Amino acid sequence: MFKLLESLLIPIAALVLSLVLFSVFIWFSGTNAFEVLGAIYRGAFGSWFSWQNTLVRSAPLMLTALCTALPARIGLINIGGEGAMVVGGVFATLVGISINGMPPFIVISAMVLAGMLTAGMWIGMVGALKHFRNVNETISSLLLNYIAIAIMSYLVLGPMRDPATLNNPSSFHIGVANMIGNIGESSIHGGLIFGLVVCLVLWILMRYTTFGFSVDVIGGNIRAAQISGLPVGKLILITCFLGGAAAGIAGVIEVAAVQGRANLSLNSGYGYAGILVAFLARHNPLAIIPVAILLGGIRASSGLLQRGFDLPDATTMVLQGIIFIVILASEFMYGRIKWLQPRVATHA
Amino acid sequence: MSDEKFNTGRRKILKTLSGIGAASLMGGFGLGSAWAASKKVKMGFIYVGPRDDYGYNQSHFEGKSSLAKLDWVKAVDEENVPETIEVVKTMESMINLDGAQVLFPTSFGYFDPHILKVAKKYPDVTFLHCGGLWDASKHPKNVGSYFGYIDEPMYLAGVVAGHMSKTGKLGYVAAIPIPQVLRNINSFTLGARSINPAITTNVVFTGGWANPVKEAESANSMADQGVDVLTCHVDSPKVVIQTAEKRGIFSVGYHTNQAVLAPKGFLTGGEWNWSKVYADYAEMIKTGKKIPNLVRGGLKEGIVKLSPYGKVVSDKAKADADASLKKFMDGSMVIYQGPIKDNTGKEVIPAGKSYSQTDIWLESMDWMVEGVIGTTKG
Repeated sequence: MFKLLESLLIPIAALVLSLVLFSVFIWFSGTNAFEVLGAIYRGAFGSWFSWQNTLVRSAPLMLTALCTALPARIGLINIGGEGAMVVGGVFATLVGISINGMPPFIVISAMVLAGMLTAGMWIGMVGALKHFRNVNETISSLLLNYIAIAIMSYLVLGPMRDPATLNNPSSFHIGVANMIGNIGESSIHGGLIFGLVVCLVLWILMRYTTFGFSVDVIGGNIRAAQISGLPVGKLILITCFLGGAAAGIAGVIEVAAVQGRANLSLNSGYGYAGILVAFLARHNPLAIIPVAILLGGIRASSGLLQRGFDLPDATTMVLQGIIFIVILASEFMYGRIKWLQPRVATHA
Repeated sequence: MSDEKFNTGRRKILKTLSGIGAASLMGGFGLGSAWAASKKVKMGFIYVGPRDDYGYNQSHFEGKSSLAKLDWVKAVDEENVPETIEVVKTMESMINLDGAQVLFPTSFGYFDPHILKVAKKYPDVTFLHCGGLWDASKHPKNVGSYFGYIDEPMYLAGVVAGHMSKTGKLGYVAAIPIPQVLRNINSFTLGARSINPAITTNVVFTGGWANPVKEAESANSMADQGVDVLTCHVDSPKVVIQTAEKRGIFSVGYHTNQAVLAPKGFLTGGEWNWSKVYADYAEMIKTGKKIPNLVRGGLKEGIVKLSPYGKVVSDKAKADADASLKKFMDGSMVIYQGPIKDNTGKEVIPAGKSYSQTDIWLESMDWMVEGVIGTTKG
């Protein structure tokens, strides 16, 4: 109970503090901070249109955030979500193009599977390099992003290129029938459901299974885990694979629900934004959902700030940055606020 | 007892929360509707990168900003909009909240599928895309495309470079081998070779539109190889131009005027003149004239221009470039006039055959002219 209260109150207080700091920043730039905060609210959550705008942006963030969050549970700082998303998207497209003509359900399932497998192995490499060769996982995952983008450029500009796409080189189309549609009457594509379901499943896995417990033990103290006989290497590989697979689904969604083809737009920064989401959610798959929606909302409101107040896009980046730093700093507060700690009966 | 108290409290909170929700749902956006109702020509501009990139996005922002002097136009814009579902949302937001009548989503990747999708949903709004090739048989009627023959000023810049280069080696840092990029490389090289037939152009493709690290590496490596005039076709020429200046070699700008970035070595460059294009479109909407679906033009039509010559440019170079400029302005200049060989020795345009700028064939260019060192294959 106290623990839950603490893990809710501290982030909320941090969020409020961030907004205050952001307001000061806005004030210095000569704009009315209350109006700006009001506009951020309206642009993000103020109407059904804004909600759809927010949710559709949050879908890929949920999936790429998992790519950082899961390895973080086992003690690895992985920032390879961008590359995993690109790899998943490209190889899913390759599969989609090759079996185009089969029933759409089969095509989409095969694409999701291909995206998960390739992107999973991609981040699996990060885990393997760390475990077997002790290569710093942050560096290797960052560098793998560039390799992933280079592979995509090669495939999209070369073997996979549809010659009809002149000035925006893209792969062949996966077929209109194979596209993932919108949820009901909304303009939110099915990617949101994937995001929610994957977050939920991985939360259950991390919270209620021996696997999740073992991962947290390794993340807490790798020596203790080794001594107690946990298969550390295997668990690192599986966790990295799962994280990569989640980001891979984001890539598949980007192709199957939005672009219809693989092209350079696959590399649009969702992987990097996901790192922020994962840290804000303290690597908890369930908390990723509201945090991704919050960040999606901030991104959605950027347009309103630019058009309504002539503020640059960097304004929302500043807000994101302030939130990020304040939340990270607030980690310090856990266990230090007296009235939030369980009262332990002390017997002298 | 305490349970009961908690329950009423919770109910109250729920009620208040749903009240806030409903109010905000109905209230909608006070902000946009304020001017959506006024009687102005409303235009929306969308850029894929930052407004102040010294390049492609800035050129459009400058075009949009110039509309400020027309008090019957209201123009809004958004920067850093990725080529994903986000641009769809930005377009819809500009239409629904700002009442935009015409949208200018300026990045290549916005066209298919994003603009095509939104255009079908909003048949009363006009979507004008920069760089695409509108096709009456495939694309909706409320969509159009516009672009300029910026290879014309690049040809002139090539003439200047041909005069100024001492090593006979020019360098081109390019994003990806697509027709628009290849056409600039070819025209630039043809311009230079019209002065010095032995001159060569080294090309490096960086693989993306905004790759500052690779752009700097390519620029430095070409400077090492003896290239003494450097130009580029990427979203922001800033890095290439600054690197050239630092290495003490000449530079040719692109997209906008980069003279301030290289006060010593800047020669000239190809620039967009979107302020004219956008003012023309605004006028058409105001007077209710039909907007053409396909707009193309070069120096003569005022869609592109040549940057003012830098201090170092010799009088001889200026005279030759001005002479060619005059021919562009009176319409007698043809860049792609046979015989032209590609850089593998194959004849692509036979003697006696020529392609004028408006020829659509040139918009599917996939070869590089003799004298270009590099390949379009990955």
